[in-house]
Amino acid sequence: MSREVPRVLFANRRPGLTASLAEFERGGGYRGLRRAVAELSPAEVRRLVADSGLRGRGGAGFPTGVKWSFFPHDAPPDKYLVANCDEMEPGTYKDGELILADPHQLVEGLIVSAYALGANRATVFIRYDYERAACALERALAEAREAGYLGEHILGSDFSLEIHVHRSAGRYILGEETALLNGLEGRRPNPRLRPPFPAQKGLFGRPTNVQNVETLACVPHIVAHGPQWFRGLARTPEGAGTKLFGLSGHLERTECFELPIGTPLREIVEEWGGGVWRGRRFKACLPGGASTPFLDARALDVPMDFTALEKAGSRLGTAGVTVFDDRTCMLRVTHNLISFFARESCGFCTPCREGLPMVRECLARLEAGRGTLDDVDWLKEQVPRINLSFCALAQGAMGPLSSLLALFGDEVLDHVGRGRCPLGEG
Amino acid sequence: MDVLDEKTLSELAARVRAYPYPREMVVDVLRAIQERRGWVSDEGVELAAQLLRISPLEVEEVATFYDKIYRRPVGRKVIHLCDSVCCFSRGGEDILKHLEKRLQITLGQTTPDGMFTLLPTCCLGACGQAPAMSVNLRLYGHLTPEAVDRILEEERREVSP
Repeated sequence: MSREVPRVLFANRRPGLTASLAEFERGGGYRGLRRAVAELSPAEVRRLVADSGLRGRGGAGFPTGVKWSFFPHDAPPDKYLVANCDEMEPGTYKDGELILADPHQLVEGLIVSAYALGANRATVFIRYDYERAACALERALAEAREAGYLGEHILGSDFSLEIHVHRSAGRYILGEETALLNGLEGRRPNPRLRPPFPAQKGLFGRPTNVQNVETLACVPHIVAHGPQWFRGLARTPEGAGTKLFGLSGHLERTECFELPIGTPLREIVEEWGGGVWRGRRFKACLPGGASTPFLDARALDVPMDFTALEKAGSRLGTAGVTVFDDRTCMLRVTHNLISFFARESCGFCTPCREGLPMVRECLARLEAGRGTLDDVDWLKEQVPRINLSFCALAQGAMGPLSSLLALFGDEVLDHVGRGRCPLGEG
Repeated sequence: MDVLDEKTLSELAARVRAYPYPREMVVDVLRAIQERRGWVSDEGVELAAQLLRISPLEVEEVATFYDKIYRRPVGRKVIHLCDSVCCFSRGGEDILKHLEKRLQITLGQTTPDGMFTLLPTCCLGACGQAPAMSVNLRLYGHLTPEAVDRILEEERREVSP
């Protein structure tokens, strides 16, 4: 494969294997934790993370240092840290790959982050379909306990932490952090009203920080090597760190790669993804999961970084890149995506529960060549309405829909004009 | 058959006592019941409620929310075929047709011999191995019609040696 790339989170990754504690330690594992508890105060660790420019890897891209500054680290226990491994957004599979390859990356990330935040309890929320990853994680937790990295008086310090694994039973909405908290409490997992934010009143009413798996895994590396090193990993000046890119769709090679933030989309598609499959041409992609607006071929040179993708009209999201070749009907793809969001709606608020199925039916009509120009206008009107939904699920669904209308409006109209799919799929 | 065997029941009861908030175990309890019976019956919901000291309704609103808690009888093995965008874009619909033909059932049905239930699922987190499906907790990727035939045979053989 092409150029040399830094390997941080995937440093110990071997095909089909899970790294043991010994392998993790040989690669420098638990150095970040050793440094944190021996040399640094929690405030100093928080400062390093803020200076590193780390942004959340779960989809929203919120700066981790800022999020941590809202956390009441001085409040009395219990204070919770939760690793979000719901990872159910289509196109996203990086966290599962990370845990399967090297579960101690997450374990150390949780311990160092809990130290920084003053959290005394940590939970990994893991989806039903990641049973193998859950088992790998439980073995890693046992190894960490045995070695004194976890439990009472970690590495002889005053800091103690226990980590639990919660196995869920399958629904996309659990990835929304307040729905996840309801799920952990054993309640029906509808999202909660904010404020209060989880940092103030989260799990069982206590201060809670919910963080993506990959975000947590970055933290010990920042502590071990410093914020400047972390910033220097990226290929854009405003970016920081590496990123796990999960490739899928119409590529020759659909695997997960760790690449610098800011790697151009073209390089990901052509070099890492081995090009569009079957010798076909690139038509469009979802750059960061099912909720991110489509990009078309004009965007191929965009650096895959939070700010650059926002300027290009989309989002880095989870960096799950799903590519579509030039024979793909984008109306059909959008119909599939909206069907996903409609089925995964928790049913709590009206724009999402009622709006998404109506959009789905409208797209089905258009796809079958039975749609009218009024249907196209109606679709446009729904975007601002459905964006009034209670949580981000339905707003995420509007990403692909609005970009379908903006980038592939002619293709949609063609379905109306011809009374069938112009690509011969209808 | 009891909803839970004595040993599992007492283990769960002990764990519930150790938790400051018993209801946080509701998904664990429902999964334990399902593991024994294959699905969660009304009696299962009531037992979970007693164990966790919450009302059956509070258990029910959780049980009916999750995709992979079954409130109706299912076959000995539940096939969840992913129909999200990555699998869809790499032939997931053809795999569905093939499964329906082989099993002689449609989505939501169980084979007459009680072996397989066929259900759709959203993304399994196996987007790099699309198209993918799960059979109970086992994941299968890179599906082709031939691979599906082999998997069905192996899964069937595992139950009836």
